[in-house]
Amino acid sequence: MLSTVLAASEGSAAVAFPLLTMLVVFPLIGALVVMSIPNTRVNELVLPLGLLFSGATAALAGWMMFAFDKNEAGFQFVSKHEWISSFGSSWHLGVDGISLWLVVLTGFVFPLALLGPDERHNRRAYTAWILLLEAGVMGVFLSLDLFLFFVMFEVVLVPMYFLIGGWGHGNRSYAATKFFLYTMVGSGLMLVAMVTLAFLARKNIGELTFDVTKLAEAGLSRDTSRWLFLAFAAAFAIKVPVFPLHTWLPDAHTEAPTAGSVILAGVMLKMGTYGLIRFGLYLFPEASTWFGPVMLTLGVIGILYGALTAVVQKDLKRLVAYSSVAHLGFIVLGTYALTNQSLSGSVLQMINHGVSTGALFLLVGWIYERRHTRLISDLKGIQKVAPVLAGAFTIVMLSSIGVPGLNGFVGEFMILVGTFVDHRWWAVVAASGVILAAIYLLWAYQRTFHGEPDEANASQIHDLTLRERIVIVPFLAVIVLMGVYPKPFLDRIDPSVKALITHVETKTDEREPGPAKNRGATAAGSAQAEGHTASDSEAHSDASTTEAEGQ
Amino acid sequence: MLSLVWLIPALPLFGAAVLLLFGKRIGEPLAGWFGSAMVAGSFVIALGVFADLASKTAEERAYTRVLWSWMPSLGVDVALLANPLSMTMVLFVTGIAALIHVFAIGYMHGDPRFSRFFTYLNLFVFSMLMLIMGDNFVLMFLGWEGVGTCSYLLISFWFERPSAATAGKKAFVVNRVGDFGLMIAMFLIFNETGSLQYHAVFRSIEANGIASSTATAICLLLFLGACGKSAQLPLYVWLPDAMEGPTPVSALIHAATMVTAGVYLMVRVHPLLELAPGVMTTIAWVGALTALFAATIATAQDDIKRVLAYSTISQLGYMFLAVGVGGNVAAIFHMVTHAFFKALMFLAAGSVIHGMHGVVVDEQNMKWMGNIKKWMPITTGTFLMGWLAISGFPPFSGFWSKDEILLDAYKENKALWVIGLITALLTAYYMTRQIILVFFGRERFATDSHADAHDAAHAPGHTPHESPVLMLFPLGVLAVLAVVGGAINQPFGGKNLAMRLEHWLDESFIPGTEIHAFVSAHGSVGSGTKLTLAVIATLCGLAGIALGASQWLTRTSPESQAKLELPLLKRAYGVDAIYSRIFEVPGRKLSEFLAFVVDRRGIDGVVNGMATLVRGGGTQLRKLQNGYVRTYALSIAGGLVALLVWAIVRTGF
Repeated sequence: MLSTVLAASEGSAAVAFPLLTMLVVFPLIGALVVMSIPNTRVNELVLPLGLLFSGATAALAGWMMFAFDKNEAGFQFVSKHEWISSFGSSWHLGVDGISLWLVVLTGFVFPLALLGPDERHNRRAYTAWILLLEAGVMGVFLSLDLFLFFVMFEVVLVPMYFLIGGWGHGNRSYAATKFFLYTMVGSGLMLVAMVTLAFLARKNIGELTFDVTKLAEAGLSRDTSRWLFLAFAAAFAIKVPVFPLHTWLPDAHTEAPTAGSVILAGVMLKMGTYGLIRFGLYLFPEASTWFGPVMLTLGVIGILYGALTAVVQKDLKRLVAYSSVAHLGFIVLGTYALTNQSLSGSVLQMINHGVSTGALFLLVGWIYERRHTRLISDLKGIQKVAPVLAGAFTIVMLSSIGVPGLNGFVGEFMILVGTFVDHRWWAVVAASGVILAAIYLLWAYQRTFHGEPDEANASQIHDLTLRERIVIVPFLAVIVLMGVYPKPFLDRIDPSVKALITHVETKTDEREPGPAKNRGATAAGSAQAEGHTASDSEAHSDASTTEAEGQ
Repeated sequence: MLSLVWLIPALPLFGAAVLLLFGKRIGEPLAGWFGSAMVAGSFVIALGVFADLASKTAEERAYTRVLWSWMPSLGVDVALLANPLSMTMVLFVTGIAALIHVFAIGYMHGDPRFSRFFTYLNLFVFSMLMLIMGDNFVLMFLGWEGVGTCSYLLISFWFERPSAATAGKKAFVVNRVGDFGLMIAMFLIFNETGSLQYHAVFRSIEANGIASSTATAICLLLFLGACGKSAQLPLYVWLPDAMEGPTPVSALIHAATMVTAGVYLMVRVHPLLELAPGVMTTIAWVGALTALFAATIATAQDDIKRVLAYSTISQLGYMFLAVGVGGNVAAIFHMVTHAFFKALMFLAAGSVIHGMHGVVVDEQNMKWMGNIKKWMPITTGTFLMGWLAISGFPPFSGFWSKDEILLDAYKENKALWVIGLITALLTAYYMTRQIILVFFGRERFATDSHADAHDAAHAPGHTPHESPVLMLFPLGVLAVLAVVGGAINQPFGGKNLAMRLEHWLDESFIPGTEIHAFVSAHGSVGSGTKLTLAVIATLCGLAGIALGASQWLTRTSPESQAKLELPLLKRAYGVDAIYSRIFEVPGRKLSEFLAFVVDRRGIDGVVNGMATLVRGGGTQLRKLQNGYVRTYALSIAGGLVALLVWAIVRTGF
């Protein structure tokens, strides 16, 4: 498969340098290179090489971030090559405001996840799996071809399965299998739905294609798209995870090695929420609206349920895992509230959650490396013996609680304000999650960090090493930057989100003629806030849709 | 100077950042001096901004400095607003904060986390200034949560003590309940007006009006937030526990500044509040009842700081009472004078605790003190100034501000006025009890009745000692302010001297509207009535003092004292226990049910059950793969038949 890709000429690409392709290929090459390190030199070479390739990928992602045109709502750096032409599938990559930051986040989380934990066991395979994982995740966020997306979505599974199974803790094989099976069920549904979609759409489009931009214009009947949406949504909901499909997550997180947890929370869970936005909303706008209330309700349940179950967890990692369920509930809520603010907030919150929860797992991992336990009852008074660790934990915790001035607040606030417009009570109930977040995190903090350390904690726990400080500082810096000055992020997210919202609204209206009074109010409200007129933003999004098609 | 307004919050923020990164290296006492200098710098700049603003005509007294865009799609900027209200607050906050910083250099001497303390303190001042100066609700909320966070960090500063850690958490969580209301209020405001910027919101309401039900909902929710931050019924429970923090924290955060944020918020949104008269009445009653309720508890507390904490809750109740009856000036006036005398008394209490350190084990228990005046004359003298001020003794500062609140209450509702009077009497009583127990009477730390039970409690050879100059200097300044602070709004001396604060606050407008930036109480009473009311209020204060003195000077045995301290009041009506039974226990049970029953056995049970089913099914199905062709042929035939049936049914044959 890959040789095909590499053999394809880059001549037809819109950008001379195949930037996005390189984002996928770099870590892949890295994985191969790492695997070929001779046995005798593993210890000295494995980390430098791993960092070299993931670092180079991060540099590319950084370059892309600066080259990204913030006034453009459509896909950029598009690269499209023939792949399995008989099947209508192509190597089609592109990035817009919705995926931009996820790609950047992926680029930066992986090298830090490699550098952060002090993994000793079979480091060659470990590093190779992580690099392969990175390639897959990049592919997921960049694919504009549904089939390619599916392949990448599956590619991601394998390394994570082996990472949990091979480098995890006590109950790792149960957790790894559970993770694999859960996701496979969703994938199966998605595969069926995807193929059905492509074949049904052939009639209207005139060719068999998996091109997302073309499939969006498939014009399927209302019932068909609702069924297809359900299959897609189920696959993504498992990945998010949305209540009640979440029980693989606490096990996977708890048993995974630190790097696995960081990557899982940092970027992999976003594959679900990203899928709901990119494919759910984009391909099935009417169905998304129709199922909206259900998804909103599940989102709110997730917020409360995740928070309430987090309160009494005895295992620190499990607690953070349940807090993820709660935080991702906010993202689901903002996605299906379908206003500019809420959806922008959701996209931003994906990054926020990735940074904050990724950092939390790193910190918990470091505590585990020192103390060899994750049980809250075994930990005590860490702040006294490790003030820097405690300080970093405090900042990340406050970000997770949603204290303004740090990143978590901006996303949550935008989601809630945007949701409140049309779905008042959902927003009100969801907002009560802010109280619960304070309870479970502060209580956990008090039990682990406060108090007088006992003998075991005092002797085994030492403060962060230089390497650990170098790893955590970028997380803290982003947490503060995004909290204080999120504008550069939002400026790039907003145009694509607006275009998507307009797409959803026009598509839904086409099928359901008649006054849509609630949505009208939304548009007016948001237009008022932004100083745009409704027609203004429509024109804007029209342009972007055509551009996306043109590519 | 106006253009330098951004420096006011920036200096303490810079201080916090420097101390966070280099505090350990800067060390004691330089870290303390550095932190103090940052806040003092803010104060100086605030004076300049204040002078600039005062030199303008009343209509132009609003200066907004947009720093950068924060949440573009909500139209929310990081922007600072300097107007009479915000600058009044900024001045007293930075002024008192600078004094308390200096005090803390002495108080925190020798603490292993000395520089960390000043990091938090500077961060707090920054947050408080953002709360006050933010030109929109969201930035105000940033400050609001920021002060809450710093409060959490500082209450649990001595985190080795479990009680301190618990108290910090409790403060944060209880405040979050209020913050929840505040957030919903912001959603409603944005939904209604399309903005969260104060002036734009008020302009929109003036232009388009607002349904009275919406206004009521918004104001009630904002008030819920205020109840959390300003420790009013029913969310006051965190403040007494917050006394676990070092005493300078109690003085700065839990008496003078942060806890007044709720009052400030109510005053800030008065154009909305006026559209919700029902909420105004609610605020007045909640305030009055909180004032009375907390004052009764204060009469039976033994901890020197807890008395002051309940007293603070009570005084904050006065301020809300003022807001509720439309007496915004009175509320702000009392906020300022209260900041003077309560910060003074907290610091003086801190000085006592500092002086008692090593003398007894429980250095905050007033029952183990007595006759401190002999050992700490300066501390005693300054504390007495605070005592007279809070008791409403003329012409001390508290007299003027409390009198104005009572006057406004009288105009609105006589019942509220009576509650205010009773509270005034109780206030004078419990403060008198406190000064007698602490500063007068017999020394109980050397030869007291607890001695038999707590022999180890006493460290022989240690006696109380007066605090160093570093701590006495702020006490002195605050004592002067507690005495003469009422001058900023006293009613005598003609236009140039009388009611300065009222004139300053009252005359400005919200830019682009006909709405006053500030409104003081309407309705008036004759000067004869005013005088009568003032006399009655003063007599109430004096009666309280007399009552307190007559009882507590004579009752020296614990048995006779106990008769005056009702057990119900000592337990603070048992509210903590009730809350724990209503919220904590069921909440914990619900959590455990969800986590261990629903999640583990319910949802995961289904998942594992399905896995077992599939595995079992697989075992059964495996039997079908038996290698006999006839079995396969049978199944193929069966499948064909099924397909056929399906096709026939489909075509509607």
